[in-house]
Amino acid sequence: MNRVVVVGASAGGLATAESLRRLGFSGDLTLVGAEASPPYDRPPLSKQILTGELTAAQVELRSAEQLDELALDLRLGVEATGVDLATRRLSTTKGAIGYDALVVATGVRPRSLPGATGASGVHFVRTLDDALGLKESLQPGQRLVVVGAGFIGAETAAVARSLGVEVTMLEPEPVPLARALGEQVGLAFGALHREHGVDLRTEVAVREILNDGSRVTGVRTAEGGVVPADAVVVGIGSVPNVEWLQGSGLSLGDGLLCDEFSRAAPDVYGVGDVARWTNPLFGVSMRIEHRTNAAEQGLAVARNLLEPGAGKPFAPVPYFWSDQYDRKLQAYGYLRDHDEIAVVAGDLRSPSFVAAYRKGEVLTGVVAGNAGPKVLRGWRAAIARQQPWRDVEAGPGQLDARSGGAGAARTGGAQLRTVDRMQRPGVF
Amino acid sequence: MQVEVDVPKCVASGQCVLIAPDVFDQRDEDGIVVLLDDSPPVEQYAAVRESALVCPAAAITVSER
Ligand SMILES: Cc1cc2nc3c(=O)[nH]c(=O)nc-3n(C[C@H](O)[C@H](O)[C@H](O)COP(=O)(O)OP(=O)(O)OC[C@H]3O[C@@H](n4cnc5c(N)ncnc54)[C@H](O)[C@@H]3O)c2cc1C
Ligand code: SF4
Repeated sequence: MNRVVVVGASAGGLATAESLRRLGFSGDLTLVGAEASPPYDRPPLSKQILTGELTAAQVELRSAEQLDELALDLRLGVEATGVDLATRRLSTTKGAIGYDALVVATGVRPRSLPGATGASGVHFVRTLDDALGLKESLQPGQRLVVVGAGFIGAETAAVARSLGVEVTMLEPEPVPLARALGEQVGLAFGALHREHGVDLRTEVAVREILNDGSRVTGVRTAEGGVVPADAVVVGIGSVPNVEWLQGSGLSLGDGLLCDEFSRAAPDVYGVGDVARWTNPLFGVSMRIEHRTNAAEQGLAVARNLLEPGAGKPFAPVPYFWSDQYDRKLQAYGYLRDHDEIAVVAGDLRSPSFVAAYRKGEVLTGVVAGNAGPKVLRGWRAAIARQQPWRDVEAGPGQLDARSGGAGAARTGGAQLRTVDRMQRPGVF
Repeated sequence: MQVEVDVPKCVASGQCVLIAPDVFDQRDEDGIVVLLDDSPPVEQYAAVRESALVCPAAAITVSER
């Protein structure tokens, strides 16, 4: 193994490259990235970059010296265009590169809407330039329409309100974030936005973005109505960047399809938002758009790549956070397709709560608002060891006893209340 | 080894504490990182480097001095 090529120079690709060096790989290491800027962090783009708490320079993932130390052949502003598995060659917009092992970390891009291009005032939030452009638009009294009440839309709406912007948020589903977090938690977040003055309209799908030839003027809904706007944020989900792999023989579906070792083919691996792999901890195929996953998967892939015979399945407890107003939402585990949610501490309408998720007879996830770190660690451990749900139902004391003292007793001893029996098939 | 944390960048993910609990902790009130040992012993090096690598806010820097 002398030449490793990593495609995608962001959180996942960089973590892979760094891990390879940390693990002693001293061969040629090429990192190819379509963006011209050195690797930077995306979560602040819908948070501290918009508020001004962090500057563009502060969201760079590594300093120039740290990048130098990795002794990379760093090719920025270069796009991979195809791969030939038989001859092990990557083609790019600036020539071909031979490899012994290839890592695909090309992430996702935002889903678009008709009318989104060709006029100013329409914003996506994926790149640093996107965020810096949006920041300019967030002026007091301006009318911002946020299309989609997912995490990126909701975070942007929260920042915009704090800056005195008038915000209308349009969501096609009846409850925001329901697919990600379940109906009850989604309802609570919808209420939070309304309390902060967001005009949240659910069951409103947007058909197209309107402009006057140069600037955005509003959006047209599926029903034909027009919602006027000075600026529009499009936050309707994302599409994995796999088109460049079409025809290569690699399996593509919703992402690059990988096995439990994150391997797509011999000596070809997937990392981060673009990779769909089977997580043995939950026994399901998942593709996760979370920041920590990109780094952890990069580390796991570096290990497996260097020692394919001794490969370890990648079996993380997924984690993400989201900041909205005074709430820090943190989630562990696999929340989709759950059978039931139980609020085990606090109250969903208050800033501080813990909700537990059941799939089958097992605790599979936890969502917490403003929870302390020890509480969260206890829940994470319980998910990692596939704690039976009956222990959650038996109350925090029971869970705590089983988990050796690290569990939910520190949630303040709140009684378990099952508020949400989601057993209607087809809701999620 | 010298370890530094950039507190304003920390997002309270707790990854560092899971990996290197002797070097990092989190504040009880908001989960923000607390550096317990800015020049940890050799046996902690690997864990500290891994923490810096996976920290989702790039808030941990390690320098070999
Ligand atoms: C606004 C925003 C807020 C977020 N907030 C949170 C949060 O609060 N919590 C959380 O857990 N996660 C959050 N995330 C998600 C997190 O940022 C991602 O999970 C993470 O960036 C994934 O890293 P990645 O390296 O897999 O992909 P990406 O960061 O998408 O990077 C992929 C890179 O590959 C490049 N590329 C694509 N195609 C090619 C090609 N053909 N050739 C070369 N290069 C290519 C792209 O230009 C890009 O630079 C947020 C994301 C965004 C956009
Ligand atoms: S891993 Fe990074 S972001 Fe998470 S608590 Fe530690 S320093 Fe903060």
